[in-house]
Amino acid sequence: MAEGDVKILGGWASPFVMRPRIALNIKSVGYEILEEKVGVKSDLLIKSNPVYKKIPVLIHGDKPICESLVIVQYIDETWSSGPSILPSDAYDRATARFWAAYIDDKWVPALSGIAKAQGEEAEAEAVKQLLAGTTLLEEAFQKCSKGKAFFGEDSIGYLDIALGSLLGWIRVTELHGLTILDAEKTPGLVGWAENFCADSAVKEVMPETGKLVEFAKMIFAKTKAPPST
Amino acid sequence: MAESDVKILGAWASPFVMRPRIALNIKSVGYEFLEEKVGVKSDLLIKSNPVYKKIPVLIHGDKPICESLVIVQYIDETWSSGPSILPSDVYDRATARFWAAYIDDKWFPALSEIVKVQGEGEEAKAEAVKQLLAGIALLEEAFQKCSKGKAFFGGDSIGYLDIALGSFLGWLRVTELNGLTILDAEKTPGLVGWAENFCADSAVKEVMPETGKLAELAKRLFAKTKAPPST
Repeated sequence: MAEGDVKILGGWASPFVMRPRIALNIKSVGYEILEEKVGVKSDLLIKSNPVYKKIPVLIHGDKPICESLVIVQYIDETWSSGPSILPSDAYDRATARFWAAYIDDKWVPALSGIAKAQGEEAEAEAVKQLLAGTTLLEEAFQKCSKGKAFFGEDSIGYLDIALGSLLGWIRVTELHGLTILDAEKTPGLVGWAENFCADSAVKEVMPETGKLVEFAKMIFAKTKAPPST
Repeated sequence: MAESDVKILGAWASPFVMRPRIALNIKSVGYEFLEEKVGVKSDLLIKSNPVYKKIPVLIHGDKPICESLVIVQYIDETWSSGPSILPSDVYDRATARFWAAYIDDKWFPALSEIVKVQGEGEEAKAEAVKQLLAGIALLEEAFQKCSKGKAFFGGDSIGYLDIALGSFLGWLRVTELNGLTILDAEKTPGLVGWAENFCADSAVKEVMPETGKLAELAKRLFAKTKAPPST
């Protein structure tokens, strides 16, 4: 199918948008990226994702698909002749889906919780939650990778994409002095992060940490602006 | 595989537990049902689901699988010779997954919110009801699109999205007992017909709890949570 048939509505800084982009790269499928402006939802976005009005949206031909992990599975199943993204074994698939859901339901909120925390006590609690979760993910990595480089073993898979897409923002959070991926406590994940970011399907879509920091400052300034009376 | 190789850790009243049970019924797979006691987590549960310590857990041989929708997909893919649970078309599959996630992320919390705000003011209650009914309107539209004129979201037979939403029908009925109409013959006619068909299905009938029994349980649980804290 021609490149014009595959579009991603997204934003360069969004980890969720990165997910389908990595998936399409794995499948060597060309696509057009339509960048949403910060703070403004385009008509196309609202029409394509009326329920959530959020990025990413994959538009394949005239069909919109929403929710990053749903999109990744759709990509895997649609371009089935390319390298597989979900594991081939049913139990490994269940394991990958379990941990991807954990990441979105628990771990991402814990990461955002740190930025949102009001006061030292709240921040310490948020950090504790996050690090407990990271420990679980280190264990999951040891089990899933079976000694190889990725959760998906020899090559990047579903769970690598789910967690790896967050590495930019993890690095931004670590710039504030918090160690999330620790060479002693989470050695597997430290090695994995390097391999993930170096992968050809990832390199061109992983934003630079410095740019994300600038972006975060801008967003933070906007949200902290005094309300107009 | 022998029946004892498939176990569900669960509870009769849990909509989430009902999901894998319906899925196993669709596949005609026998299983052992291990009922967790209310308020007590068994050692087996804690060992099988250390991350959440929640039901349902499917134990297949010695492998535990957790999270109801992950379990349903596992069942569909493992017993692949039986009737399909996920749609065969890739886009329909994405649609079913999208709405199932919506149900768990948005709609069910809206349903629980109605129970939570029982003791609060009229404004909180009205807002909770508004959220829930807006969600139901979306689900009615989704039903019209997915069913393509047939009885279920899955078409001719029960599928993934039917299971995701249908598992809540017991608790939905309990909430309606308090005077709130959620499935409305005028506003959501598709879902009203669907609910009847779903509950009558052979894969569902034996695992759908009676509304009366759920109402009794709700009263007991409500009394427990509203009990004045010990000083």
